[in-house]
Amino acid sequence: MWEYAPAPESRDIANLKPSYRMFLDGEFVEGGGEPLKTVNPATEEVLAEVSTASKSDVDKAVKAARRAYDRVWGRMPGAERAKYIFRIARMVAERSRELAVLESLDNGKPIKESRDVDVPTASAHFFYHAGWADKLDYAGLGPDPRPLGVAGQVIPWNFPLLMAAWKLAPALACGNTVVLKPAETTPLTALVLADIIQQADLPPGVVNILPGAGDVGAELVGHPDIDKVAFTGSTEVGKLIQCSVAGTGKKLTLELGGKAANVVFDDAPLDQAVEGIVNGIFFNQGHVCCAGSRLLVQESVADELLDKLHTRIATLRVGDPLDKNTDVGAINSREQLTKIAELVSSGEAEGAEKWVSPCPLPDKGFFFAPTVFAGVSQAMRIAREEIFGPVLSVLTFRTPDEAVAKANNTPYGLSAGIWTDKGSRILWMADRLRAGVVWANTFNRFDPTAPFGGYQESGFGREGGRQGLEAYLDV
Amino acid sequence: MSERLTVAKTYKLYVGGAFPRSESGRSYPVQDAKGAFLANAAQASRKDVRDAVVAARKALGGWSRATAYNRGQVLYRVAELLEGRREQFVAELGASEGLAAKRAQSIVDLVVDRWVWYAGWADKIATVLGAANPVAGPYFSFSVPEPTGVVGVLAPQSSSLLGLVSVVAPVIATGNTAVVVASQDRPLPAITLSEVLATSDVPGGVVNVLTGRTAELAPWLASHADVNALDLTGAPEATTTELERAAAGTVKRVLRAGAAEPDWTVAPDVKRLRAFLETKTVWHPKGT
Repeated sequence: MWEYAPAPESRDIANLKPSYRMFLDGEFVEGGGEPLKTVNPATEEVLAEVSTASKSDVDKAVKAARRAYDRVWGRMPGAERAKYIFRIARMVAERSRELAVLESLDNGKPIKESRDVDVPTASAHFFYHAGWADKLDYAGLGPDPRPLGVAGQVIPWNFPLLMAAWKLAPALACGNTVVLKPAETTPLTALVLADIIQQADLPPGVVNILPGAGDVGAELVGHPDIDKVAFTGSTEVGKLIQCSVAGTGKKLTLELGGKAANVVFDDAPLDQAVEGIVNGIFFNQGHVCCAGSRLLVQESVADELLDKLHTRIATLRVGDPLDKNTDVGAINSREQLTKIAELVSSGEAEGAEKWVSPCPLPDKGFFFAPTVFAGVSQAMRIAREEIFGPVLSVLTFRTPDEAVAKANNTPYGLSAGIWTDKGSRILWMADRLRAGVVWANTFNRFDPTAPFGGYQESGFGREGGRQGLEAYLDV
Repeated sequence: MSERLTVAKTYKLYVGGAFPRSESGRSYPVQDAKGAFLANAAQASRKDVRDAVVAARKALGGWSRATAYNRGQVLYRVAELLEGRREQFVAELGASEGLAAKRAQSIVDLVVDRWVWYAGWADKIATVLGAANPVAGPYFSFSVPEPTGVVGVLAPQSSSLLGLVSVVAPVIATGNTAVVVASQDRPLPAITLSEVLATSDVPGGVVNVLTGRTAELAPWLASHADVNALDLTGAPEATTTELERAAAGTVKRVLRAGAAEPDWTVAPDVKRLRAFLETKTVWHPKGT
């Protein structure tokens, strides 16, 4: 037997600085808020001190964004805006390794995910939207598409850089200026992105990045001089934001939680399905709004699939996010770890059968072993509530109609998965699933050309594709 | 003290990613706008046309199957390199088209920006021209654009760089490969553009550039059975009907030329992108 040999990525590549400042009107400046300390969730050590925005900083940033919109960005020809955004795309790619390591340090996600998914997809998102900047007339959204003005954007901690790209790229391509608030626990890559934006020579004020907690977000969303609010995060906060912009005329898009059904039929290629299920729920520690957190298995193959799943999940390596072999990294914060643990104990209390991967966990840091609940009923909290962690709830069904009914039995509707060898059944199911994205015989695919977003309490508005431009256009 | 003698460039063809002379061994003198000798250009033959078509066909599989994102990135890279050769193009346009420096600079700016515009279309044309078809039955039906194949391009005679870029970029942005006959009397910028393509990430054979007599080469391109489409923009006016007839032999898609060469400084639309695309419709049943 070979001893396990880790393949650690060097943390020096992250170019970590002791302190980071907010990005306002083209300059890095000290914020008036209480500085926050961002923590490496894999070690619980403080990574850096980050200045946060005060109420007056938010106002300054909105004013800077308004000036930049009125004087430069809003009136600039699309072809010129395009070239700025292409620059950002290229620079993100050029600094991809630095960004990937920094993302894994700050967020806790495995380096292979930040390296192979987060950063390249972020660059691709800028690249794709750059090309739209001078082609908006062709987007089919209506004649004479115009920008909205100043956008206030609030993003979550699960894909810090990628979510910044998803928000900034379409907003800029459509001619808006932006004030963006990264998540409290993961502000670092957004501030490196600000550095890239400065290097790309974007006019001051076009992009402003203000770190801080929920109060800064609330201040931004509530600012009277923004024209557009975009939020990605929990359904709970999304509802508060929708409530707060009511009556203001601000355009709103929300990308919220999910409780996706991953439906496996008895004719599915099971080994392939196992890989997809594992990717669907353990990718990014399950900190994915579209995670396949409810596995619906056809009864006749349930036992076989569960056995295969246990065997496969037991091989997942949980640990150091910077180890290139790591499959499941650290839970982003102690708060999130507590929330996951609480929901898992509710599953036990409500009578579901818990299976936990026998994998070893590191001594320190926020880690949670991959967990699978069998015998889950629809009424249980673990079947209804978003856990946002590496926890899979398994339910069974007998007929396609029953699968549809169970899959749709949720206030959410972000994504769904279908596993079957029968093409006609995939399309039949896709017609009936109330979800914004349906993956068939694959899961968790993201591409800037493919619109992403939810039904009902998973939010409204799309990101990516032609349809995603609508969120930032007056059409 | 004697002045240093410059090293003059030999202008050759661009076929399959390489720079061969014409197999015919012929060349012809190229003059500047005032009639002074600039250089000899290779005078391509019928066999050079056939070699170029073979190269374009060979490159088609890889280029058309590359992801649209990849094609967009490769084309954007070309724009980056064009920008780096700005001064050279300005000088060449000054010589071949007799443009004043300022005018030549603004044309080269347009050339780079035009290339960027088409690079951005690579991963968007399918979403603009494709569709999910709401058919009246239990079927999933969708239509997507696909490249036509090998496109013969008779480049504009007057605008030797901006016109050239305006006709070549849309052909390859959608995944076609091209055999281009450069402006007969102003062929040099086309060869310099080929050098840009050769040192970018555009695979050899995706663009092939021939210099020579348009009237001599065009009929072979128009009648070649392995050419799928023909752009007549730079065809001598007296020959266009004959070329269209020759193209009918293998039902080529023909993009006709207007009465006069267009004003290439005008912002383009998607007409040239649409011209060399097929629409493929796929049906699949729905049911349990």
